[in-house]
Amino acid sequence: MSRIAARFEALKARGRKALIPYITAGDPEPGNTVPLMHEMVAAGADIIELGVPFSDPMADGPVIQQACERALRHRVSLRKVLEMVGEFRRDNIETPVVLMGYLNPVEIMGYETLARDAARAGVDGVLTVDLPPEESAELAGALKRHGVDPIFLLAPTSHEARIRGVSEVAAGFVYYVSLKGVTGAATLDVDAVAQKLALIRRQTDLPVGVGFGISDAETAARVSRIADAVVVGSALVKRIAAHADDPAAGRREVTQVLAGMRRAMDQATTATPA
Amino acid sequence: MSTVIKPEQTPDWRAFPDARGHFGPYGGRFVSETLMEPLLELQEAYQRYLQDPQFLAELDQDLAHYVGRPSPLYLAERLTRELGGAKVYLKREDLNHTGAHKVNNTIGQALLAKRMGKTRIIAETGAGQHGVATATVAARLGLECVVYMGAEDIQRQAPNVYRMRLLGARVVPVTSGSRTLKDALNEAMRDWVTNVDNTFYIIGTVAGPHPYPAMVRDFQAIIGREAREQYQAAEGRLPDALVACVGGGSNAIGLFHPFLADEGVTMYGVEAAGDGIDTGRHSAPLCAGRPGVLHGNRTYLMEDEDGQIIETHSVSAGLDYPGVGPEHAWLKDVGRVQYVPITDREAMDAFHRLTRTEGIIPALESSHAVAYGLKLAPTLAPEQGIIINLSGRGDKDINTVARLEGIEL
Ligand SMILES: Cc1ncc(COP(=O)(O)O)c(C=O)c1O
Repeated sequence: MSRIAARFEALKARGRKALIPYITAGDPEPGNTVPLMHEMVAAGADIIELGVPFSDPMADGPVIQQACERALRHRVSLRKVLEMVGEFRRDNIETPVVLMGYLNPVEIMGYETLARDAARAGVDGVLTVDLPPEESAELAGALKRHGVDPIFLLAPTSHEARIRGVSEVAAGFVYYVSLKGVTGAATLDVDAVAQKLALIRRQTDLPVGVGFGISDAETAARVSRIADAVVVGSALVKRIAAHADDPAAGRREVTQVLAGMRRAMDQATTATPA
Repeated sequence: MSTVIKPEQTPDWRAFPDARGHFGPYGGRFVSETLMEPLLELQEAYQRYLQDPQFLAELDQDLAHYVGRPSPLYLAERLTRELGGAKVYLKREDLNHTGAHKVNNTIGQALLAKRMGKTRIIAETGAGQHGVATATVAARLGLECVVYMGAEDIQRQAPNVYRMRLLGARVVPVTSGSRTLKDALNEAMRDWVTNVDNTFYIIGTVAGPHPYPAMVRDFQAIIGREAREQYQAAEGRLPDALVACVGGGSNAIGLFHPFLADEGVTMYGVEAAGDGIDTGRHSAPLCAGRPGVLHGNRTYLMEDEDGQIIETHSVSAGLDYPGVGPEHAWLKDVGRVQYVPITDREAMDAFHRLTRTEGIIPALESSHAVAYGLKLAPTLAPEQGIIINLSGRGDKDINTVARLEGIEL
């Protein structure tokens, strides 16, 4: 069983939902990332989504665009991100790590090389935002051969046939983008999300994570009642940005925000069964 | 022509792309999931209306009476005499309403937007020509219009920015990344994904996800269809060579496409070599880049060894783009079209030469094509002929040219 599947099973057994923080690797500088990953685990993260910096992050709002720019000033490449995961694995072999980024750095490295080296480094899943299932056969195949889960997005615009198509190639979990927009957009409509999740669950047995637009503990709690995982990104990256000249202070704020979400989610899922 | 593909294997060039938008290994649809359904809807609408006699009649009417088509195919006699080689014909897209070929495409896409019930139009622009052409048709159809433009380009194309505002468009400066055309495209995509229900994104070149490269080409192919007929009427034969500048590649593919099956017609796509290919400061992905994925399609890109897109340079804002339409990537690989570099300096010289010799001020983009034509014509015989696509007029560039020559306007 993959590390991601094992993590979701364990959570389910305890009646808990996964909290998945996203940070851009190398933001604001390369040395900040591995310590922050460990601290986020201590604060209650179940899976870590590590953003691979890209020069043209088309699906991201200004917060994550600027995080990419900060990381790229240090030339944080996909290769470098794999090294960071390897370093994280020296002290943590349980927490799944998912890379999230854009296709071009993967194209240049080569699908087979990426799949092999990601598996070696201890990466559990890879999500390439601009790779829809139609174009994904080769990369998804390479990842699966090396035991890495290809993660895919679903969106409010995805009709039933597309949901089915995605669930056929996806592994680990599916990631439901809660709103039409870029990362860091306004807050989501929980009722609309609930309706769509019901439709998604008719098509797939994979756990469903919800992200985009979750910025506070209350929203995280409400989403945790309907989803298997809550993904939070820009709300954390904003804190890193605010303390770009004092990364330790940024890390403290990120872990505080996460711990608050963790508490709110656990209360929500134990108080009222989903 | 091509040594890569033997005649008996020559595919029907015009049958591409395939159903998923692939030109060989290039093209496709590389976007986030939210945009997949809208792209499929767009493809369906575009295919339906391209068969719809009423839509086509309306498009023809507009092209004739609003754009002013057909554009002339002009024999540049003085230039031909001076060069002492092949006859040089200019396809006068500079005479279109709004001053460039861009309007051929915006008219078509705006009509499609209207048919699809969209009320809001967005566009990206580099030189501002596509932005102006979009703002123009939006004004005429009464549609809201937002144009994304790199902060850097807003500086160097100030007259076009004002023109767009006069036309009622909101011009949004883009300050991310390199602050040029590629960043404007990113920002337009972000707008589209956010407002996809009521918004139609008019892409200005043959790039982007399927169906844009095919759709924009089909709207621009009027250039080549006219030129083919006009040349035959004038010379009783086909031209020996076609020359067009390539930014994203829409004016070039528009001219080339109707000639692709004519094996005797050699084609040159001219890329911006900026300060020179060997300086690294250029915008010539086909001459000096490698394949990758950006802006929804697989194509040749200017990128570093980590797969990050690198900054480009060209004196002409409309060519200052790190990618190129996927059909060009494929036509390069199969050898049907030659892609050649022209530097800023050569383009500037050609700008002056055409202005002084023929009384036609070309856009700096088009000046790249003219510059290559100046090299090519003397190598051919007087009974041969070439067509240079004069994709736009240079009025928008006079500030840039004056500044480069140390003149205050
Ligand atoms: C006059 C003119 N020619 C050419 C171009 C380059 O675009 P494309 O390669 O799509 O024709 C532009 C773009 O702004 C332009 O304004």
